[in-house]
Amino acid sequence: MSIQISDPMLPELYKVTKIQENTHDTFTLEMVPKNKTKIFSFLPGQFNMIYLFGVGEVPISISGDPSSTDFLVHTIRAVGTVTDAMSKIKEGQTVGIRGPFGSHWPIEKAMGKDVLLIAGGIGLAPLRPVVYYILAHRSKYRKVVLLYGTRSPDDIIYEEEYQNWQENFDITVETTVDNTDSEWQGHVGIVSALISKKDFSPTNMVAIICGPEIMMHFSVQELVRREVTWNDIYISMERNMKCAIGFCGHCQYGAKFICKDGPVFCYSSIQETLKRREI
Amino acid sequence: MNPSTLPNNKQIIIERQNFQRLLDVLKNQGYQLRGPTVREGAIVYDEINLVKDLPEGWTDVQDKASYRLQKRDDKALFGYVVGPHSWKKFLHPPVLKLWEAKRCEDGFEIKEKVAFTPQYAFIGVRSCELHAIAIQDKVFIEGPYVDTTYKNRREKIFVVAINCGEAGETCFCTSMNTGPQVSFGFDLALTEVIQPDRHYFVVMIGSAKGHDVIKEIPHTKASNQEISIAQSKVEQAREEMGRTMDTSDIKNLLYRNHDHTQWDKVAERCLSCGNCTMVCPTCFCTTVEDVTDLTGEETTRVRKWDSCFTMDFSYLHGGSVRTSVKSRYRQWMTHKLATWIDQFDTSGCVGCGRCISWCPVGIDITEEVAIIQEDKAKEKNDENA
Ligand SMILES: Cc1cc2nc3c(=O)[nH]c(=O)nc-3n(C[C@H](O)[C@H](O)[C@H](O)COP(=O)(O)OP(=O)(O)OC[C@H]3O[C@@H](n4cnc5c(N)ncnc54)[C@H](O)[C@@H]3O)c2cc1C
Ligand code: SF4
Ligand code: SF4
Ligand code: FES
Repeated sequence: MSIQISDPMLPELYKVTKIQENTHDTFTLEMVPKNKTKIFSFLPGQFNMIYLFGVGEVPISISGDPSSTDFLVHTIRAVGTVTDAMSKIKEGQTVGIRGPFGSHWPIEKAMGKDVLLIAGGIGLAPLRPVVYYILAHRSKYRKVVLLYGTRSPDDIIYEEEYQNWQENFDITVETTVDNTDSEWQGHVGIVSALISKKDFSPTNMVAIICGPEIMMHFSVQELVRREVTWNDIYISMERNMKCAIGFCGHCQYGAKFICKDGPVFCYSSIQETLKRREI
Repeated sequence: MNPSTLPNNKQIIIERQNFQRLLDVLKNQGYQLRGPTVREGAIVYDEINLVKDLPEGWTDVQDKASYRLQKRDDKALFGYVVGPHSWKKFLHPPVLKLWEAKRCEDGFEIKEKVAFTPQYAFIGVRSCELHAIAIQDKVFIEGPYVDTTYKNRREKIFVVAINCGEAGETCFCTSMNTGPQVSFGFDLALTEVIQPDRHYFVVMIGSAKGHDVIKEIPHTKASNQEISIAQSKVEQAREEMGRTMDTSDIKNLLYRNHDHTQWDKVAERCLSCGNCTMVCPTCFCTTVEDVTDLTGEETTRVRKWDSCFTMDFSYLHGGSVRTSVKSRYRQWMTHKLATWIDQFDTSGCVGCGRCISWCPVGIDITEEVAIIQEDKAKEKNDENA
């Protein structure tokens, strides 16, 4: 018997064609498949397992444009063994890709509504495909607001891009940082604090939140205070993942498998579990 | 299919002296035989070839944190219940090479994986174990993705099941509706009968494959009397069940009791060793590692059984999600008995009792459930008062 292409644990080989340094610890990789001319199609919010030879494999959301199948884009923050090694990748190098996996952001449901995107830190990367999708179908959405918080001005990613979204696509972007230097002109403080000031229709909107759990928690609280219902709030969850296909058990979150039932969840479907510690 | 609905004429008798023939026929048909055998003081599942490899005349005596072998008065081949092994080690191997890769100029290339699928005949599979296999089928075959290693092995197995004639002190299959009578998933299902002057097996044929094997073994048609003797053996096991678990409302019971004080109490004893997960026939969790050769030129992706009792299991950058022993025991038990039902529409526990015997400190899943249930009873009384 020869190689089993259908084996979901077997990665496809991709070649890194472009590397962009976003911040001191965050970088964006563009890659193309070695044995095909197109990448798979994916939906905003889905993720891949990226494998580095001899080091390991980690889940990373796709941060590229879902309407383009020419190359694959991932924005990665170096935080440990595998992602540090990935930060040293050179152009031309090979990585393994398995995916795309998981659920996606409610881009269809949001049509005809206000869209509030809330990102914390690297959480902006998984939201970028949503923005690309909205840009391509701008007239189908009403008000679009992106609230983005990072630790400091130096941690901001995609800055040029979101200025373009703001200027040319009628998307409101507001940024906030935890710690700042004197030159910073934006807000200071947690991103959820910006929610109360924003103008959107609580009964005709979808909120899309991605970031640290605590930041998502405060954001939801603030939204609920503004009478947004749980059914209109979506968040993306992170857990340890060894397979992404429901076999390894690592990503279990109560009765959910984050890899196959998530990572994007409607808040109402997991709010019971979110209340509990050490799940 | 429910055995009682099979016509009686499907049942036949194989005498003990012809049992070797069964093993030989299966071997001749190309099966690798796996069955019970005595090793280092326990009955384990391993390669067998001859009747004398089986644990003839042995039984296991089990209780909390206790397992020992004892000589029987008779020469039963299957006169024990279950040991530390389960069939999952053959279908879902403890260590599995996923693929190999070799470094090359621009990174690496994946070497072809030669998938070799062994063809096993399992000798002596108990009803609870067939249920455990059916549960793992749901995980590995019936979801959105298929584990090809599992599926390929699974499809090829020949199952010689055995009805339990005795139940162990740690067994509670009747509570879980998983035994002691074999009811599906077998090619042949045996009931061992030992009388002062005769030792034989009443055999039910469960498949065409089973039928083809029987054709080559001396056998006679089972009489009604022989069938009813076999049936009474299983009834005896049913009555001897060492433990029970009240499973009514168990899912909601555990969901409601995430903050029960019993979790703190069990955590005082639990060593977080993971034995319970290793012996459990349904636990399926794994991790994947790169095993790189000394030159760093070649690497093998290896999948290994993992346990939710390790700290690494729930590790995220910055720390583990389940840092306390309490949360890890709770995760395990709640998964077995509650979340599993939401995930796979079945309990994750078949009542085999392995986790009770092999827990070094004697933590007993049936007791833990009962304690939480007791409080529920109390709650009710309080309400009524
Ligand atoms: C669905 C999903 C999407 C993600 N998308 C992105 C993204 O777009 N960009 C990005 O920079 N990061 C993303 N992450 C987080 C990223 O997977 C972790 O930062 C990465 O696994 C850390 O691995 P490490 O070996 O560098 O870190 P270490 O701290 O050395 O971690 C050791 C191991 O623990 C596991 N692990 C550690 N942290 C995480 C984590 N947060 N999530 C899952 N497993 C973890 C991994 O198996 C890792 O190899 C995502 C995580 C998930 C679950
Ligand atoms: S939880 Fe214990 S009793 Fe239940 S199937 Fe697993 S090992 Fe057997
Ligand atoms: S319950 Fe027992 S077997 Fe399981 S981890 Fe705790 S000490 Fe080990
Ligand atoms: S990542 Fe393996 S089960 Fe979800």
